[in-house]
Amino acid sequence: MELPGHLAELRQQIARMERSVSRRLAAIPLGPAIDAHLPAGGLALGALHEAAGGGADSEDGAAAALFAAGVLARTEGPVIWALIRPDLFAPALDAVGLHPDRVIFAHAGTSESVLMAMEEALREPGLGGVVGEIEGRLGLTASRRLQLAAEVSGTLGIALRRSRRQDDPAFDAPSAVLTRWRITTLPSAPPLLHAPEVPGLGRARWQLELRRARGAAPRTWIVEACDAQGRLGLPADLEHGSDQVPNRRRAG
Amino acid sequence: MVAGADRAARALGIRPGLPLAQAQARVAGLVIEEADPAGDAAALADLAAWCIRYTPLTAPAHPEGLWLDIAGCAGLWDGEATLVADLTGRLRRAALVVRAAVADTPGAAHALARYGREPVTIVPEGGQAAAIAALPVEGLRLEAVDIVQFRRLGIERIGDLIAIPRGPLTRRFGPGVLRRLDQALGLASEPIEPVVPPDCVRRHLAFAEPIATPESLATAIAALAGPVCTALEAAGQGARRLDLVCARVDGAAQVLRAGTAAPVRDATHIARLLTERLETLDPGLGIESMTLLVPVADPLGFTQPATGLLGTAGQISGAPGLSLLVDRLSNRLGEGSLWRAAAVESEVPERSVARIPPLAPPTSRDWRTISPWPRPIRLLPRPRPVQATALLPDHPPARFVWRRAPVRVRRGDGPERIYGEWWKRNAEMTALRDYFRVEDGQGRRYWLYRRGDGADKSTGDGAWFLHGLG
Repeated sequence: MELPGHLAELRQQIARMERSVSRRLAAIPLGPAIDAHLPAGGLALGALHEAAGGGADSEDGAAAALFAAGVLARTEGPVIWALIRPDLFAPALDAVGLHPDRVIFAHAGTSESVLMAMEEALREPGLGGVVGEIEGRLGLTASRRLQLAAEVSGTLGIALRRSRRQDDPAFDAPSAVLTRWRITTLPSAPPLLHAPEVPGLGRARWQLELRRARGAAPRTWIVEACDAQGRLGLPADLEHGSDQVPNRRRAG
Repeated sequence: MVAGADRAARALGIRPGLPLAQAQARVAGLVIEEADPAGDAAALADLAAWCIRYTPLTAPAHPEGLWLDIAGCAGLWDGEATLVADLTGRLRRAALVVRAAVADTPGAAHALARYGREPVTIVPEGGQAAAIAALPVEGLRLEAVDIVQFRRLGIERIGDLIAIPRGPLTRRFGPGVLRRLDQALGLASEPIEPVVPPDCVRRHLAFAEPIATPESLATAIAALAGPVCTALEAAGQGARRLDLVCARVDGAAQVLRAGTAAPVRDATHIARLLTERLETLDPGLGIESMTLLVPVADPLGFTQPATGLLGTAGQISGAPGLSLLVDRLSNRLGEGSLWRAAAVESEVPERSVARIPPLAPPTSRDWRTISPWPRPIRLLPRPRPVQATALLPDHPPARFVWRRAPVRVRRGDGPERIYGEWWKRNAEMTALRDYFRVEDGQGRRYWLYRRGDGADKSTGDGAWFLHGLG
């Protein structure tokens, strides 16, 4: 379909204003199906992303933290991880490919300090990534500041949201992040597909939900958790992979 | 006459002021040393100079005390209590008897350190009047004649003195008493005359007109940072701690203190660390001079070496600002709040990770050699007891209760048996833990252990604990 001339012009103008989209920044791939859906072709560098755990995992964000670590495993340079509670266990970072030698932990204690530390770190060029664990609100102003800092330095920023409330509505409050993810655990497949009665634990399985993204519609995928290189996998027992789960809701 | 007596002598009834002959008559074989007030004063001055590690504003309080103005310095020590604990601990290990008090005013701290009930007192902000009311009037640093007068009038405690109207008090005893009282309560200021450590790099800048705006203060800091770096370079050193002492027009001193993770000799780095802390400075009516001191410095080669994480690993190029970032974050979050994790040869999960300085050289350890088993991403600070039911000793629990909700286990893996480190602790001679990774119906993963092997009571009582998530 042909667009009328002035409409195309307006689109170009908007794209110029939304710098991070128009620049087609380098991105960390998340898997072919997901990358095809995201405008940057993956999780864009030089931008702020948000991840939260779904359901009972809202408080700990264990799956969300592993997702973040898996993404950062494939960046280069030191990583600053600002903690609100020092409960992150380094051996698990190594297991998804993020060597603890690369990670500097900053115990900030309060969400305000985490935001301050994130902003300082995101301003610094040359880092591989910045993660901040935030309890409570991430306001429009705060997220805008972080997003701008990330755009200037080109660093990947991830805000890990945590809340004592399951599926806290505050997770969906408006913010200036480029993408917003909800990672919910799903029952994993047996370690041996052909012999489900054999005990043991296979690779964890997540529902990866893109709740909001600039330039892409919300969508949900089912993936296998990060491997030793931090890459997500496609479940072998699901025929059509990503299209198994219909959109549960549209978030704006 | 006895000038001083140690604890053992005091226990025998020997007190300062007792005639020497009487003391010798009372205790046979008393060890007597000639009093050396000049030597004592010199030793006290040395001790005050040593205390510069805590704050640049230290001074001896003759004959037996030390002043430390720790305003603005406690942040680097994770609070006043930690600072005082470190100070008293170190002095005690040097076989000194220490009493300490922290208060808003030198007067109140003086009284509490000498006459307070506890060996260490920390008075909350503004609480000095309540804290010293019950102390004897001797705590106020008054003339001996005044104290005798007070005793005669039945005034025993500082609280009694506070209750007396100020006019009659001045008429009867002169202005000295009221001044000491006001100093203790914070109504009159009392600057302390700091000692300056003999051999540390320092530069001084006096202003023709007092300055107070953040911009002019920042300019002054930048003007001091350059010469300090030149002096550090001449000494082959880099700053580990920086103190900026600002003298205010009203005679009070304000201190900005910053620490660094690695020796630093870069003027912009130093200026930036201090400028960022300007918001904590109260310039009052203006600052008339500034001194930048480097109380702690480490040797630093003549070319600034690439910082561990950046250079040696060869992982990153183009992040020269990392050490500045680390310094700025640790100055704002507090010392010790930044670290990296290093693998430790220990099977016990909570001992398997050590914190190392953020800019330490890379460990290049393969973490999987310590334990090939998967570990949870969240480790609880201490294992939480849970009610769990397991069918057989070798099976993961079938169900347990976590955060008041029942969890039904769908799949599980284990046990991973971890033995106590009997070579470290006797109590762990026979102890063991059986760890299980389990998954519930929603796919959430938990890491639990049973204390003991589930059969032999000497290995543990069979109680279940949740230790990690994810």
